[in-house]
Amino acid sequence: MAPYESENTTTAGEADEPRTRRRRAARYAVPVTVMGVAAATIGLVPALADSGDPDLPEITAAQLIEKIAQSDVERLSGTVRITTDLGLPDLGGLESGLMSGARAQGGDDGSSADPSAKLAELASGTHTLRVAADGPDRQKVSLLENAAEYSLIHDGKDVWGYDSASNEVYHGTVDASGEDREQRPPATPKDFAEEALKSVDDTTSVTVDGTAQVAGRDAYKLVVKPRQSGSTVGAISIAVDHETGMPLKFTLTPSSGGAAVVDVGFTKVSFDRPAASTFEFTPPKGAEVTEDGDLDKGREHSGKPGKAPKSEADLAKGLDGLKMLGEGWNTVAVFDDGEAGGLPTGEAGGDLEGFLGSLGDRVEGEFGTGTVFGTRLVNALITEDGKVYVGAVTKDALVKAADAGK
Amino acid sequence: MSRAEAVRGASPLWTLGLLRSELITTFRRRRTLALLGVLAAVPVLVGVAVRIETGDGTSAGGGGGGPAFLSQIINNGLFLVFTALAATLPFFLPMAVGVVAGDAVAGEANAGTLRYLLVAPAGRSRLLLTKYAAVMAFCLVATLVVAVSALVTGALLFPLGDLTTISGTRISFSEGLARALLIALVVAVSLIGVAALGLFVSTLTDSGIAAMATTVGLLITVQILDQIPQLHALHPYLFSHHWLSFADLMREPVYWDDLTKNLGLQALYAAVFGSAAWARFTAKDITA
Repeated sequence: MAPYESENTTTAGEADEPRTRRRRAARYAVPVTVMGVAAATIGLVPALADSGDPDLPEITAAQLIEKIAQSDVERLSGTVRITTDLGLPDLGGLESGLMSGARAQGGDDGSSADPSAKLAELASGTHTLRVAADGPDRQKVSLLENAAEYSLIHDGKDVWGYDSASNEVYHGTVDASGEDREQRPPATPKDFAEEALKSVDDTTSVTVDGTAQVAGRDAYKLVVKPRQSGSTVGAISIAVDHETGMPLKFTLTPSSGGAAVVDVGFTKVSFDRPAASTFEFTPPKGAEVTEDGDLDKGREHSGKPGKAPKSEADLAKGLDGLKMLGEGWNTVAVFDDGEAGGLPTGEAGGDLEGFLGSLGDRVEGEFGTGTVFGTRLVNALITEDGKVYVGAVTKDALVKAADAGK
Repeated sequence: MSRAEAVRGASPLWTLGLLRSELITTFRRRRTLALLGVLAAVPVLVGVAVRIETGDGTSAGGGGGGPAFLSQIINNGLFLVFTALAATLPFFLPMAVGVVAGDAVAGEANAGTLRYLLVAPAGRSRLLLTKYAAVMAFCLVATLVVAVSALVTGALLFPLGDLTTISGTRISFSEGLARALLIALVVAVSLIGVAALGLFVSTLTDSGIAAMATTVGLLITVQILDQIPQLHALHPYLFSHHWLSFADLMREPVYWDDLTKNLGLQALYAAVFGSAAWARFTAKDITA
């Protein structure tokens, strides 16, 4: 009998058959319950962990901005999550191909440990960075990749870039210590916040919008909004640590709604001194070291990942005829390269025209006709007479600016 | 009931004996030994290939292609351990585990030995637990076979010494060795989800071959699903999604987020499919 009975059924008689069956079915409740509990945990724990907004003393926007300015956090380590969604067409490999092409123009040798090469990666998608700083002389930013990491280490005079995937090292030096801020890619919420607060003027409304918890710390929320309509920037929200005044999270939402264009925030942060070994770097044995005497070139190329223009060469060419139209958030930059037919429109354009045209929209106005190339943040209008209008404004505002500038 | 109670009360030693006989049966099988042999051969193959390719002094894995850590092997043999684990974890290791787990119950049923196992007064739950323990032991042994084979090959073909973590900091060789051991353990634990899945499939059928094929088929399906970007909402729940997070142990400081996610996910799979296997096995009519 033994092989035919499970340990819990004592008398599996004929009469008990339906009951046994029910009992058997009941056993499956266990895996189902386990799954249910797991699903509930996954769903509920984040909600429960969100213990509501912290209570902090009232503060005015001006005081908060002052607090940010006075913030002098020199020692920190933490993990930063950066998500950028510029709405660029997903070109995949083509994009990186263009990027490397651009680098080749810049005279670089194409080392994968070159900082400017890595910056391009931040322009789209979600990335996890680790940052550590100990005073103005020692900083480290690491871009976490699958089973690999790209580290940019600044230790005194040396700047090291280390790409563990290819085991390549980039080495540069900085003349005066302390002037490294430019070297470092704008990776932390602080970098972005400082950039945003530079543009605060009378076209901007700045308010304190309650409090929030970021990376386990209590923070004030500063909201920066353009007063004018026509900007593609909907709002910029900056979470500021209430103790140190350091920005912990930076979110830029577009006026068109939807997901944030740039979202940079600490997921973990500590203001203790990081271990000294963090900043020590000696090239591993056998690593290919690329020396780069002038980091200035790299600096020129780095730009801002959030606003990096796609064809730097073109823009540089147009810089001669640079004009600014409008004010505040609705400023539109105009490049005039003097050549008619900025975008090939004739039949000679062939396939290339078709390809470029498919990326943009044709518009007409008092200025003539042109093509608008749009991202979620920056729009550009290239007219047939060779003018380029670029701004963080909507397409309509761009056309209006072009009409006014005529 | 009273008989079962009596057995349960008197049998910790019994369970150990059952486990021991189960382990001996599993590891004496020619099939198991062949699987372990194949796993041991992978690091040797990778090591020799890297050695031959870089024999003329050029650097390996230029551009960072191939499995993780490949480019560092030539400078430090210890990296062969990480490369070998990264190369075998996606397929070879779980396939071997799937074969052993799928065979665990269905194989006995197929050979007609399951009923004799159940004649022994051990109870079905206990037999199933023993089977699962044996499969997990195989996970550990298989991983260690890969790691040790890689370490020996790496030591023979390449220099050893201090190593650079992927964060760019340096650690001593002994610490590197400790991390290698830790990584091997994490890889072994990464496999318990597949093991539980295989065991559940194994209780569903009386054909060992069918159970193995289904488990390995599911493994391949999950790996493919994990590659489809449109299904990204599903990805965090696929047992293989966080497998390569073991490489995070080579960061300095260690990045725990994905590692804990991986361990939690494996525990969840073990709980769900382990209890499903229990529900099926204890209620099953044993006809073979």
